[in-house]
Amino acid sequence: MSPVIHIFKREFSAYMVSPVAYIVISVFLIITGWFFFTPFFLQNQASLRNFFSLLPLVFSFVVPAITMRLLSEEFSVGSYETLLTLPVTFTDVVLGKFLAATGFTAVMLAPTLLYPLTVAVLGSLDWGPVLGGYIGALLLGAAFSAIGLLASSLTRNQIVAFIVGTGICFSLCLIDKMLFFLPRSLLGFFEYLGADFHFQNIAKGILDTRDILYFISVGFFGLYGANLAMQEKC
Amino acid sequence: MIHVENLTRYYDDFCAVNGIHLDIQKGEILGLLGPNGAGKTTTLRMLTGYLQPTAGQIRVQDLAIGPDTLEIKKRIGYLPESAPLYHDMIVYDYLNYVADIRELKNAQKLSRIHELAQLCGLSSVMHKTIGELSKGFKQRVGLAHALMNDPEILVLDEPTSGLDPNQIVEIREIIRKIGREKTIILSTHILSEAEATCDRIAIIHQGKIVADGSTLSIKQAAGRERSIYITLEGADFDAVRPQLETLAGAVGIEKLAPSGAGLLDIKISVSSDADIRRDIYRIIRQADWQLLEFRQESQTLEHIFRELTLEN
Repeated sequence: MSPVIHIFKREFSAYMVSPVAYIVISVFLIITGWFFFTPFFLQNQASLRNFFSLLPLVFSFVVPAITMRLLSEEFSVGSYETLLTLPVTFTDVVLGKFLAATGFTAVMLAPTLLYPLTVAVLGSLDWGPVLGGYIGALLLGAAFSAIGLLASSLTRNQIVAFIVGTGICFSLCLIDKMLFFLPRSLLGFFEYLGADFHFQNIAKGILDTRDILYFISVGFFGLYGANLAMQEKC
Repeated sequence: MIHVENLTRYYDDFCAVNGIHLDIQKGEILGLLGPNGAGKTTTLRMLTGYLQPTAGQIRVQDLAIGPDTLEIKKRIGYLPESAPLYHDMIVYDYLNYVADIRELKNAQKLSRIHELAQLCGLSSVMHKTIGELSKGFKQRVGLAHALMNDPEILVLDEPTSGLDPNQIVEIREIIRKIGREKTIILSTHILSEAEATCDRIAIIHQGKIVADGSTLSIKQAAGRERSIYITLEGADFDAVRPQLETLAGAVGIEKLAPSGAGLLDIKISVSSDADIRRDIYRIIRQADWQLLEFRQESQTLEHIFRELTLEN
């Protein structure tokens, strides 16, 4: 398993030295900061519900932007060949890159911890939903990273990888808002597919195994798909 | 050491490699020659476990590609064509990363990286990012990457392509230095390079091996003619020709473009078993022409290569 750690380290430091990463972080903080604090003082409530309700939509744009280069860049530069002729397996590569993207999402999320701290100063904050929200955000970030990695494994073009990744993540976010189009018998199934639905459950502070299982299965689906796509290339 | 049997690879309908057999001994330097698109790179990629063969077997020592691919990757160092490396990494960081993946111990790591920097002449660029290096330096970083764990087998795909003559000489010297202890397989389409560095040459054409052996044996197998070139001063072709035609071994006599004013350049084709150099010299001496140049050339590798790979 040790190649996973080294691939993770390399990918993670590649994020930290690239300017794109800081641009993505800045954009993320500006968007969430603006949409969180604008209505915050009007509503006069000490909660982070606004922040968390928006997070899945923002993540579905930002996370694919983080993951788009993971494999596409290797394909187009050709370093994929050097990587795979080192003694590593497909699983090592997929896991290492996935962990790096998830880790970077966590780094991106870290500055937003200032929001609950600010809110706690201004009023009495219920820390349960905040904790749940951050656990949910990490799970969501991991699941979307896996989807983004899958998108990146399909093409050598980073833009295409970004659009495909965003498309899938965005659909997962919106699917439970489209339920009124569907016959009653399918409601439960499509509601279960919605990432936003599961995320909002966790963000209420309720840690249900069904919701956690959902994110794990989406993550597994993405990673397994990326693995298959890589095997298909050789 | 490496045993390749009936190796075949299709890209969709296109057959890139078609039933190759190869046996490579320990310590051999094998050159894969062939025109572009002949299947050299595909063959090397299958040898290094990057591509799956459509059919056929590859055995490295007692291991087989397929079940033991990971173990084989540990024993092979590979430099892909034009050394595609991570452009945003610093050379030292990159070598460090390769050393980690190759499972070098921390104590060894630093000394090994230092050693490779010396061998590949990288000391002056260790702190630069790979993206800003010249092609020659990139190639050397790739070579250091391939040599990291001191592999028994080294596979190099066109190690000198796109380099300037000085860099080519340097890379060749490194390869020859390493080649004393290791098995090396390299592909190239520069024939003089194969002749200069390899013990053995395999020529690939349209996915098949069309010639395999040492440079000498390939030349002998191609057999046929040698040519003798002479340059004379103060001689007339019409006077020289009948005299040379009397020689038994001379198959053809041809006048070439003169290499200078008042000079006569002649090419004499000779059937391979006869050595008529003494007779030619005797004729020239008797006739009182000035002999300025006299050399014999056997069939060049270029010539053989073109004959083998130009069909259809």
